[in-house]
Amino acid sequence: MLRTARLIAAKDLRLELNSRVTAFQVLPFAVLLVVLFAFAFDADAKVLIPAAPGLFWIAVLLSLFLAVGRMFTTETADGALDALRLSSLDPAGIFLGKAVALLLELLLLEVVLLAGVLVLYDVSVPASGVVLLVTTAFATSVGLVATGTLYGVLSAGTTVRETLLPLLIGPVVAPLLIGASRAFEAALGTRRGLDGSVVVKVSEGWPWAGLLTVFALVYVAAGLLAFGALLEDA
Amino acid sequence: MNESNVLHTGTRGSRIIGILALIGLAWMVVFGLLISPPDEVQGDNVRYLYLHVPAAFLTFTAFGVTAVSSILYLWKRTRSLTWDRIAGCSAEIGVVLTAVTLATGMLWGKLSWGVYWRWDALLTSTALLLVMFIGYLALRGLEASPQVRARRCAIVGIIAFLDVPLIHFSVNWWRTLHQPASIGPRKTTFDGPMLLSFFVSLVAFILVYIWLMMHRNRLAMMEQAMDDHGLQMAIAERHAEVSA
Repeated sequence: MLRTARLIAAKDLRLELNSRVTAFQVLPFAVLLVVLFAFAFDADAKVLIPAAPGLFWIAVLLSLFLAVGRMFTTETADGALDALRLSSLDPAGIFLGKAVALLLELLLLEVVLLAGVLVLYDVSVPASGVVLLVTTAFATSVGLVATGTLYGVLSAGTTVRETLLPLLIGPVVAPLLIGASRAFEAALGTRRGLDGSVVVKVSEGWPWAGLLTVFALVYVAAGLLAFGALLEDA
Repeated sequence: MNESNVLHTGTRGSRIIGILALIGLAWMVVFGLLISPPDEVQGDNVRYLYLHVPAAFLTFTAFGVTAVSSILYLWKRTRSLTWDRIAGCSAEIGVVLTAVTLATGMLWGKLSWGVYWRWDALLTSTALLLVMFIGYLALRGLEASPQVRARRCAIVGIIAFLDVPLIHFSVNWWRTLHQPASIGPRKTTFDGPMLLSFFVSLVAFILVYIWLMMHRNRLAMMEQAMDDHGLQMAIAERHAEVSA
């Protein structure tokens, strides 16, 4: 299974390296969202700083829709999915491989996006919050890509993939969005009282990180179980 | 249901259930609006309860039926398109019931709390449940062979239903950590006529659900029969063209 996963992940990443769609289209779109949010909120620091964790994850979620759609567009073109199905590779391995490739792309996107948020919204990362920040980003991303990959193959080959994907993925990953925003809020110390003191401390974010890890494992398990059956159909 | 009954609009059983459901609904209106007394705390607002709570109960029952039928479809020993059909019919009725639940809940909330919406766990998970099953129905509407559609929908139906506890838990945790725990509807003590009115409406809703399920299922069978018939007609026409 792991060998298959490595093969598929390497293939997907090679495809991305050649086409650079994520790097030159999805990533700039994510940064554009950060800028547009600032326009929408009148570039007011009093609004933007407390909202920064949520806006960050909304931008990640919207980018995920694009990245998943893109991943399965290349897969359905020229009967590539049929070839994959006939390859007798382990479906669980294919799922893991695709999820890992997507995870690496998403993590890279999050690094750039976080830099954008820090610079444009004037948010800073306290040293005590770095570990929580990284743990949260990783656990949330694992949950997001597991769901994204599962629903991606489900809508592959349909004519309404672009509109169906957000409708299917959005509500399912809502718990991840809630947890990730709250944990980021604690890690970045963006919720402050009237006197400027941090209201939600780093220690309050750790239970969320724990919950996100459990959710991520649940989504990966569901993906591993269901992917084989869906691949046959796509 | 017998396949030979497909082309009829109803059976004796479905008619009896339909009549009972109508009587139940009429009884619910009379009891809920006229006979049951206003609540000491909530006054006449409490009458929403007779509509809202049974609709909410049936919402979760309907989606529960979808999830269980989906599992039965995926399990090889019980795999049959009948389970897929039941799952689809129940989800359609569930979506309507969810909309009724949310609409009555919001109106009741406006009168009791002064706002239409509160971000509490039950409301939020019900709203997301509605969106998830709208997605499920969108998936059902896509062109695919019956087997492909059944398998896709079964997986989405199960995931959607199982995701509800996760949503409920995370919203609950979120609201209790950062803000004072949301205030639930004020305690209402049921006395005789109110309790009776509630059970009458619950039974009426259950009968309506069963009646709608029977008819929707029949309609789905008729659609399938039409498709099969259309295909057979087309084959016969081609044969006739060749022999001519």
